[in-house]
Amino acid sequence: MSPRMSAIRVIENVVCSFCGCLCDDIVVEVDDGRITRVRKVCANGRGLFTHYDPAPRRPTVDGREVAWEEAVAEAAQILDRADSPLIYGLSSTATEAQRKAVALADKLGAMIDTTSSVCHGPTSLAMQAVGEPTCTLGEVRNRADLLLFWGCNPAVSHIRHFARYSVTPKGTLTPKGRRDRTVVVVDVRPTASTRAADLFLQVQPGADFEVLATLRALLQGAEIEAETVGGVPTAQLQDLVERMRTCRFGVAFMGMGLTQSRGRDLNVSELFTLVAELNQYARFCVIPMRGHGNVAGADQVLTWQSGYPFAVSFARGYPRYGPGEFSTVDVLARGEADAALILASDPVAHFPSAAARQLEHIPTIVLDPMPTLTAQVARVVFPTACYGVDAAGTAYRMDGVPIRLRPVLPPARPTDVDVLERIIEAVTVGN
Amino acid sequence: MLGILNGQVYDPLNGVDGEKRDIWIRDGRIVAPEEVECKGAEIVDATGLVVMPGGVDIHSHVVGAKVNAGRKFRPEDHRDHARARTSFSRSGSGYTVPTTHLTGYLYTEMGYTTVMEAATAPLVARHTHEELEDTPMLDMGAFITMGNNHFIMNCIRDGQPGKARDYVAWLLGATKGYAIKIVNPGGVENWKWGRNVGELDDEVIGFGVTPRQIITTLAWVNDELGLPHVPHIHGINLGQSGNARTTVETIEALEGRRAHFCHLQFLSYGGEPGKLPRSGAAGVARAVNEHPNVTVDVGQVVFGEATTMTSDGPLQYRLHQLTGHKWLNDDVEGETGGGVVPVLYKRQNLFNAMQWITGLELFLLVDDPWRVFLTTDHPNAGPFVHYPHVIQLLMDRDYRAEALEGIPPRARKGALLAELDREYSLYEIAIITRAGTARALGLKNKGHLGAGADADVTIYTPLDDREEMFARPRYVLKDGEIVVHDGQLVRERPGRTLYVAPPYDPGIEADLRAHFEACYTISFDNYPVAAEYLPRGEMIPCG
Repeated sequence: MSPRMSAIRVIENVVCSFCGCLCDDIVVEVDDGRITRVRKVCANGRGLFTHYDPAPRRPTVDGREVAWEEAVAEAAQILDRADSPLIYGLSSTATEAQRKAVALADKLGAMIDTTSSVCHGPTSLAMQAVGEPTCTLGEVRNRADLLLFWGCNPAVSHIRHFARYSVTPKGTLTPKGRRDRTVVVVDVRPTASTRAADLFLQVQPGADFEVLATLRALLQGAEIEAETVGGVPTAQLQDLVERMRTCRFGVAFMGMGLTQSRGRDLNVSELFTLVAELNQYARFCVIPMRGHGNVAGADQVLTWQSGYPFAVSFARGYPRYGPGEFSTVDVLARGEADAALILASDPVAHFPSAAARQLEHIPTIVLDPMPTLTAQVARVVFPTACYGVDAAGTAYRMDGVPIRLRPVLPPARPTDVDVLERIIEAVTVGN
Repeated sequence: MLGILNGQVYDPLNGVDGEKRDIWIRDGRIVAPEEVECKGAEIVDATGLVVMPGGVDIHSHVVGAKVNAGRKFRPEDHRDHARARTSFSRSGSGYTVPTTHLTGYLYTEMGYTTVMEAATAPLVARHTHEELEDTPMLDMGAFITMGNNHFIMNCIRDGQPGKARDYVAWLLGATKGYAIKIVNPGGVENWKWGRNVGELDDEVIGFGVTPRQIITTLAWVNDELGLPHVPHIHGINLGQSGNARTTVETIEALEGRRAHFCHLQFLSYGGEPGKLPRSGAAGVARAVNEHPNVTVDVGQVVFGEATTMTSDGPLQYRLHQLTGHKWLNDDVEGETGGGVVPVLYKRQNLFNAMQWITGLELFLLVDDPWRVFLTTDHPNAGPFVHYPHVIQLLMDRDYRAEALEGIPPRARKGALLAELDREYSLYEIAIITRAGTARALGLKNKGHLGAGADADVTIYTPLDDREEMFARPRYVLKDGEIVVHDGQLVRERPGRTLYVAPPYDPGIEADLRAHFEACYTISFDNYPVAAEYLPRGEMIPCG
């Protein structure tokens, strides 16, 4: 036997699909079918490449390993028997799989919802109410001289955002990088991100709306008698308004500090309106800090197939939109779903307990590359391939830029698309 | 084999004007009479029916990032316009911005089989192709916005048109696009500074080039590459009073080079800037008549709901300020921008009434139907489902006169439209909705029923009510299969994506790598749209 030739393959410009940054400059080394080294990746994304074991695993039904055909048949039977099935998740899989998930929901007359409904769903509602002046991240890199981070903590959640897109990169109109920019962070407490800021405005929890409304009033020239608003000195707000009004190209990034605190979509509407109004004086845009790698793609796919970005019901044979009515936490907590298919998400780990417990009571189907808490309570579990690691697909960055996920490992597992296509074929409802 | 027998055939590209003809189809193509084998053939009896090639739309916004942004932020548009799924078709929703599957069904039910997506930003072309995959029935291509592209403007500034040519060829290949689109050249870049351009010789901030240079360079590039279509131009000053002057100047600036001017209605206004405009259609139509190098589509306003969406960022901001309606903006790094604003065209609104008049005047004042095409710039001036209504306005002067009566007298005063008694014939309608558009697009297998053409055929019941006639075809055949019967979809089938792949000097890639490194947030290697996004692609050759 000849000694094994060392054939380390170095793959450049790999896309990390962990978060909405979709950094596409990762270098992965593969040796003997295993990832041996990952460079340029952040601490959050590293696990995607190093914790995933691509070895094929058989699907399970009630914890028992079965053949793929049997698991598909079982899943189809669960969905066929259900009166009110629910499809949820979608944000950590490729758009190719999301398209199949919506097709399945359409065929079943199911409800379908994405993780947007527990993160940036209120951002969609705000966009539907007042619009959204936005731009791609390259415009931030090349033009932005004022950055406002509101209710988000990229230093922890989107670790390379500052370096690749916003705070430090050198661009065509920002040749000195960090020194060409003013960075403002607004949050309810100091965070890792506030350390990167020139200005930190600490808002009292729950007071974001008041502070945003005050900024709009100041922009319109109103005089504010109160010395502080929402815990922030009015003088500091006046100073921020002056900076926003006189900058060249400002960009506001916003996160769940706005969407999931008191006021929710009203907070976001107020920020989006402020940003729109600032365009009378300077160019100003806003970019929501989308969390999961392809949650932006889930919004896109559900919108182009149904017309609505999340919380959709096909129960009447056509799409209806109902945040609060068809959003998954509400549906589960009210006991309105009698079967669930969870795609690339782990609601049992993240949902309020009333909703999470319901997933134990109804027959649940899980498609996920990783072991999850939801898989532990599920009736049927499909261990599928991981897009961007051992499967090819598409993901949308937080600014809507679609990027090809190329596999670095040879395919060994069925993909979400493979499994969903077979379930669509196997279900008889809607034939 | 399938035969469509005894129909009155309108096939202007082959000079057939309502004569009784049989059309024979095999393997998705029209076949020559000598190849016909009647035995065992499926027969469609078209006795007393009107037979035309499938409709070809030269300009419509139906797929991609800004269309989907429009869908997402207009749930109020969809609520009352939903369609349920059937055993063979998908559900959908939307009136001005229908979902992808519904778009395919609605166009097909109206007898259209080919549609061009009018504007895709290169960076998000992949998104367009994903939606195209989910848009059944139709053959479609995408125009790629280039009028504010940094690389091209750098080439112009540096006096390197040859490099611009290679870049355009590379970019069309990398985006799997169909044509060069120019939107408010220089104005969208200036919008990134909160500004715009107003004249052809205004300067693009930071580049030292002008709208005139951008247009003439890309017109030259288009000819050099021999692209099947011509540069597709949305000029400067769209929607502004007095823009007829700059539109005529733009036509003249081409110095005889070929180009298409889209939704010209929005660019044919007289009057003083800042004041209420009046129709400037007469002067613009005269310029079009005098320049055989130019084709146009109208962008006819249809009263009712619309969703404006364009790469013309400054225009959309202005519209937002004018109407107070919600506003989407999307600046795309180094390439283009865009915006979306809902509008309601009201008959009683003087500006909207003037827009309606201007569009109809253009239709009636441009002499050559081979150079003026039917569009509503969907969904900017109104949804495409109203094409049959526009056809009736063009074919029936009494109907048109009645419609004009409903316009406020102040808007009608002095309008030429009242004096124009031209009526389009069925032959001319076939030109402005399929033959002429196919020819302008360089689609040799579309828009006609001669041997070798794609077997896309629409069969209408002749009715005096032209709107009803064109809204509900008796049959529509796509690639030789019956897909619509009595105005209803009876079968779903996939469409093809039409694209071009002109050759370029690969030496340009080193420059492009450096450009991407310096300006983009995505690597050069991850930028091109690979063939896997076009499972049913059809490359249209360059000449």
